[in-house]
Amino acid sequence: MELSTLSLKELSDALREKTVSARELTGAFLERINRFNPELNAFVTVAEEEALAAADEADRRLARGEGVTPLTGIPVAVADTICTKGIKTTCASRILENFIPPYDATAVSRLKEAGAVIIAKTNTDEFGAGTTTGYSAFGPARNPWDKDREPGGDGGAAAVAAGLVPLAVSFDSGGSLRRAAAFCGVTGLKPAYGSVSRYGLAALAPSLEQIGPLARQVDDLALLYQVLAGPDPLDATSLPAAGPGRDGAEVTGPAAGSKGLRIGLPREYFAGEQLQAAVKERVLAAAGILAEKGGEQVDLTLPSTGYALAAHILLAAAEASSSLARYDGVRYGYRSPEATDIDLLYKKTRTEGFGSEAKRRILLGTLVLSAECYNDYYLNAQKVRALVIREFKEAFTKCDLILTPVTPGAPGRAGGERSPLLQYQDEYYTAGANLAGLAGLSLPCGLVDGLPVGVQLLAPAGREGLLFWAARILEEATGRLSPPSFQE
Amino acid sequence: MNYETVIGLEVHVELKTEAKVFCGCAARFGAEPNTHVCPGCLGMPGALPVLNKRAVEYCIKAGLALNCRIAPFSRFDRKQYFYPDLPHAYQISQDDLPLCAGGGLKIVNPAGEERLVRINRIHLEEEAGRTYHSGTGTAGYSLLDFNRSGLPLIEIVTEPDLRSPEEARIFLEKLQEILRYIEVSDCKMEEGSFRCDANISVRPAGSREFGRRMEIKNLNSFKAIQAALAYEENRLGSLLAAGTPPEQEESRGWDETRGMTFFMRPKEKATDYRYFPDPDLPPLVIAEEWVEAIRAGLPELPEEKKNRYVKEYGLPVQDADLLGSFRETAEFFEATLRCYSGEPKTVANWVMGDFARLLNLEKLTPAQSKLKPEALAAMLQMIDDGQISGKIAKTVFEEMFYSGKSPREIVAEKGLAQISDENQLTAVVREILAKHPGPVADYRAGKTKALGFLVGQVMKETKGQANPGLVNKLLREELDK
Ligand SMILES: [Zn+2]
Repeated sequence: MELSTLSLKELSDALREKTVSARELTGAFLERINRFNPELNAFVTVAEEEALAAADEADRRLARGEGVTPLTGIPVAVADTICTKGIKTTCASRILENFIPPYDATAVSRLKEAGAVIIAKTNTDEFGAGTTTGYSAFGPARNPWDKDREPGGDGGAAAVAAGLVPLAVSFDSGGSLRRAAAFCGVTGLKPAYGSVSRYGLAALAPSLEQIGPLARQVDDLALLYQVLAGPDPLDATSLPAAGPGRDGAEVTGPAAGSKGLRIGLPREYFAGEQLQAAVKERVLAAAGILAEKGGEQVDLTLPSTGYALAAHILLAAAEASSSLARYDGVRYGYRSPEATDIDLLYKKTRTEGFGSEAKRRILLGTLVLSAECYNDYYLNAQKVRALVIREFKEAFTKCDLILTPVTPGAPGRAGGERSPLLQYQDEYYTAGANLAGLAGLSLPCGLVDGLPVGVQLLAPAGREGLLFWAARILEEATGRLSPPSFQE
Repeated sequence: MNYETVIGLEVHVELKTEAKVFCGCAARFGAEPNTHVCPGCLGMPGALPVLNKRAVEYCIKAGLALNCRIAPFSRFDRKQYFYPDLPHAYQISQDDLPLCAGGGLKIVNPAGEERLVRINRIHLEEEAGRTYHSGTGTAGYSLLDFNRSGLPLIEIVTEPDLRSPEEARIFLEKLQEILRYIEVSDCKMEEGSFRCDANISVRPAGSREFGRRMEIKNLNSFKAIQAALAYEENRLGSLLAAGTPPEQEESRGWDETRGMTFFMRPKEKATDYRYFPDPDLPPLVIAEEWVEAIRAGLPELPEEKKNRYVKEYGLPVQDADLLGSFRETAEFFEATLRCYSGEPKTVANWVMGDFARLLNLEKLTPAQSKLKPEALAAMLQMIDDGQISGKIAKTVFEEMFYSGKSPREIVAEKGLAQISDENQLTAVVREILAKHPGPVADYRAGKTKALGFLVGQVMKETKGQANPGLVNKLLREELDK
């Protein structure tokens, strides 16, 4: 049996029917990880021992038949910015190279409660600041479709695409999770802000980021989301139970009584020269497929889109400069051995511990929040944000979901030198959802020159179920993608 | 030339909530270092703040007690700076939208003038940890304790309305009294739960412009505050008189042993704290009903209480001041009055006298002592009813204080009841008169003073239990026969 291509449901059934044990399943994926990860560098840490222990525990659960969920015994990879008790959590940074958290992120506790097996920690840009994993202190991850190319800002998508894990949990502060899903040909969801607890996610941009699931197919994505989502008393920004909770994961159609699905196509997302014709064609084809199923295409305009990216860059930097200030070498993490007084301790620790993009954001963010620049940069960015929120809100009175590209073209070269400004522009199509707190689902819509291309579906908080519903229609029409070189 | 002193204060007060303000750790003073800590108050990656509503309630309580407006919409901001005991490298505080604004507190200065000290704002924030420095030079090191990190703190900022060091001290004493009264803080200066920075400037009398301002930091006793301000007032006055006003605004420290302030750093280069709204905490929306519920739960404040004691109970001002200043004392006094129909002044005398003396001796507060107000009331009633004498009552009271027993029990157990039986007393009186023919003769010769001696002898014979009024009457009757 080729376990690496099975769906979550198939794996779960196999475990319940005891055709395979959780230990065997974990062992099989560990084998694939050991075999393929050296060429993909999708993981920072592989938690072999902990995973096998968790698998044994899952086997006991399965044997007792108590507390068994669809995730019991299923290996899951978790981004290295998400704290895992007893397992190194480096945030892909030298400054936390040996940091072992004494606590689990809420998302991780929920996975463990469901009986999932945390198997490895995935590579990202340092603290998630970047779009290609090129800023990881431990080297860039590779795209399984073409190892010379970047996988998007998330090793989890590469690992899921290559069948090194069936599922991954990552995070998205400007689009890294969605871009990685698109580039690697898998599905990924950035939940609406507050749907999944941020507790235990090493913050980069707290008002923008969310933890979300990655999977090879939509049903698996919905199931994993269901486990992650829900209110959390440890996160003051998590939405109350009445809002989109675990129920939001149900795969549901358009609201009863509506005439069918209204698909919004914002002009600003299809107009730019940067958008490659072949990508545009695949994305519009996806819109056509949904329209065929009784939907209706709605022409939209979101005039602030151009400013949204600039506002996102400024706000993300401002928040990053504050979020990353705690890494000072005083209590935990890297401390420069050469410091002789407290000022040098800060300077040397942070100079040696942080990589270039983290430093760039700290500098930019410190400037943005400085007394001289606060009004021009920070406040104006917040005004743009308010405008973006309003425009989306208005748009959702005219449509049920918004359909856009995820990226303008194919992935760039892995570890390739690109100007930071170009990298910031990578998030043109995705940053809006972070600014407005929307749910954004990325799924493959075909290949261009042998590389996957993604389509993005956006919906307001509480409508994740609708995204899953629409995504499944598209998935049925397009079929699933698998990178050829990782088949047995 | 005459000079005028202008003083404004910034007071930091630790709130005595059970838990810290943004995590579930216990808020305790004096525990083993780093025993009340968690990922949140240690600033570990991914840990998030969750607001303790009780701290907000206490801040609103303080605001209401100081007549502030309570903001319907408020927010927390990050105040960013690096310091080893500041775990996030930012302090969660409030910048432009504090919980409480406006308000004021009236004081009476030593000259007897009433002065309104306006409150600019009160905001809620978190404490930093504590740094302990050891050794010096290359052998020096620092230790950090994060038990204090994340304790709720309010900062109370006054307008520059104080005109002398004495006024500053009086204001702070009164502020402390109120905050203790409404039970939001212990306000212990020695433990750091009540701290004060003072801003002082001196200008020619009648001038509208302020002089250059000096900030005196970390003053940790009322005595130090008054002394430091007085020193600074003199120093600034002399500088003005010499025609050499200070060139810059400064932060200054207070050297207790030398009794003088000293230069720390210039104030000109204000730190840019890069405040911005904390994205981890949603804005605070304060419901009016909540504020009203808190207001309704506020106790009568010391000022009102003292006035009422004078008006309603006819107590002298000094008594009202003494009884009203400490909430537990006032509550004890009033609870006793509720069970006692006699004179309020009688209760006041016992509370301020024997009770206060014993509390002091045993270092207890009224609520901690075994004596209950009902017991004191019962004892006073027994005096009024002639069941025990005032002198015996002192013994009974002490016994009540230490044992918590009722006065009836004590009187019965120790046989302390007053002797009011005429036959029994007449016998004793006759016996005493027979024993002391000298004083008897003196009395009869018109030296009425001798009566006092004879009363004393009867009381001594009855171990103080004789009803003194009756003894007097019987003695006269026998002597006048
Ligand atoms: Zn704590």
